[in-house]
Amino acid sequence: MTKIAITLGPLLFHWSPERWSDFYARIADEAPVDRVCIGEVVCSKRLPFYIDRLPLAVERLRRAGKEVVLSSLALVTLKRERRSCAKLGAGGEFDVEINDLSMLPHLDKGRAFTVGPLINVYNGGTLDFLARRGARSVCLPPELPLPAVERLAREGRRLGVATEVWAFGRLPLAISGRCYHARVHGHAKDSCQFVCDRDEDGLLVETLDGQNFLAINGVQTLSSTYCSLLPDLAVLKKAGVSSLRLSPHSCDMVAVARTFRRALDGAMAPAEAQRALDDLVPQACFSNGFLNGPFGAAFTSLDGGR
Amino acid sequence: METRPMELVCPAGTPAALRAAVEAGAHSVYCGFNDETNARNFPGLNFSRAEMADAIAHAHRHGAKVLVAINTFPRADAEKVWHRAVDDAAQCGADAIILADLGLLDYAANKYPDLRRHLSVQAAASNADAIRFYVEAFGVRRVVLPRVLSVAEIAAINREIDCETEVFVFGGLCVMAEGRCSLSSYATGKSPNMNGVCSPASHVRYVEEKGHLVSRLGDFTIDRVPRGAPAPYPTLCKGAFSAGPYRGHVFEEAVSLDAATLVPQLAAAGVTALKIEGRQRSRSYVTAVVGNFRRIVDAVAKGLPPPASELARLSEGQATTAGAYRKSWR
Repeated sequence: MTKIAITLGPLLFHWSPERWSDFYARIADEAPVDRVCIGEVVCSKRLPFYIDRLPLAVERLRRAGKEVVLSSLALVTLKRERRSCAKLGAGGEFDVEINDLSMLPHLDKGRAFTVGPLINVYNGGTLDFLARRGARSVCLPPELPLPAVERLAREGRRLGVATEVWAFGRLPLAISGRCYHARVHGHAKDSCQFVCDRDEDGLLVETLDGQNFLAINGVQTLSSTYCSLLPDLAVLKKAGVSSLRLSPHSCDMVAVARTFRRALDGAMAPAEAQRALDDLVPQACFSNGFLNGPFGAAFTSLDGGR
Repeated sequence: METRPMELVCPAGTPAALRAAVEAGAHSVYCGFNDETNARNFPGLNFSRAEMADAIAHAHRHGAKVLVAINTFPRADAEKVWHRAVDDAAQCGADAIILADLGLLDYAANKYPDLRRHLSVQAAASNADAIRFYVEAFGVRRVVLPRVLSVAEIAAINREIDCETEVFVFGGLCVMAEGRCSLSSYATGKSPNMNGVCSPASHVRYVEEKGHLVSRLGDFTIDRVPRGAPAPYPTLCKGAFSAGPYRGHVFEEAVSLDAATLVPQLAAAGVTALKIEGRQRSRSYVTAVVGNFRRIVDAVAKGLPPPASELARLSEGQATTAGAYRKSWR
């Protein structure tokens, strides 16, 4: 059995440019991750803040031996967004992760690409179609239950497509034309004043009973819980999953990556690794209910508790 | 100057609703089989194979078309169930099938090249590049546009593509890009994409608490109203929550879509067909809404101003919005 790799997903939040650079520098220098997806997935208005810093960050990550993948925008409606997707598709020197199917016509026929978790890959028929178009790896939608993951990992091996699962971080649940950060602060989307930069891990949405429920991140809605598939590593290995995706948060992501790496390598028992993760993100509640049921927010730990 | 009226695409959850829609002036009716292959998989709703064949024959006798929605995403271990739905729709004489999944589009395009394929709103094709991809890869003839676009954006898309567009004008309103939302399965385990349901009734509870009626979805409180006030159905994205400084409807109010006044602009934007949401609705609702919109599209085709809509009382929660069609909504 080949070793399960670790991918760092694209940063979903609007951090300051300085913080953005520091984050990727530290990932390059210290994090035991094999692959880094980088680029703006959530809101095209954020990209100008750090686009000039991208080449340097990419260079440093590559020098450190990481495979670098450029991620595309998830919801593309504006002309300038389409132009920037076309540009991303035309530049042949990088691997591209598509997060909207409108990227496909921008990629030269036969050019290999990867498929992000916001593309609906629910079955073998879809995987087969994307493989024929040039998909070499797919991060499966976080919503998929274990039997579907097992099936798709098997189909992926047959088709030569690596399968990845969302293993750490708030779950991307929805994307909208409307910006909720702007809305809750009383602004229109077009004059949002970038209020999303105040919430480094998204803005918590609570029920009227004060129960944590969701988190908003501009036009995106995430879970309040942080997904953790540490309790599920054995079944994922058995299923033949190729890699785990860790989604960046404000916590110590180098330590999070080390924890997953050690758990994958057997240097740390899964329960011990989960306890370490609890300490690294003390404010977080964890979930793995999309994989195990009965619903996404649920958490089944190794001792069977919730 | 008189032009051809825009095609009115109307919902039918039952054979009776289909007959009512046809009688009220629907040019087309859309419906689904009674299983998880369609996005309105509600108990007691939708068509058996025999009912579908009869309904299509009935519609054709009256000059109407039937579009069969097979617009959920096939489960990895049961793709054959969805393939069979496509086979049966073709067998029953459907005028088109409405699909969202890439694999299923691929199957249908290869196996039934002559059966018209419409792209479901669940595919969330939100720009001309995405639409061109579906047209080139699968010969899609019509795209149902996601409810994230303004009228000006719709017009711009129509100038760039070689297929028809269909837009929602009335009924339930998703505030998220459809087909890209797993809020419901996060709270309940059941989702539009996988199960054809959103915020399903099986997971809804109304609880009395200290003079309030609390509506819950799974383990989560979605809304709370004073006792005696009408309790809204706890559709997750229409709930009341708190987020930072804000307390209220973080995502959207309990509103539904009514774009009746925008029909002339949608016609000018090059839209071919107008869609009414509500396969879960009653026959009398279908009759009223279809009749109302038929008068509007007929008037607009004659270059007349659309007659005033009579539908205010039928809208969910009384309040309506033109949604993303007006840019200020964002």
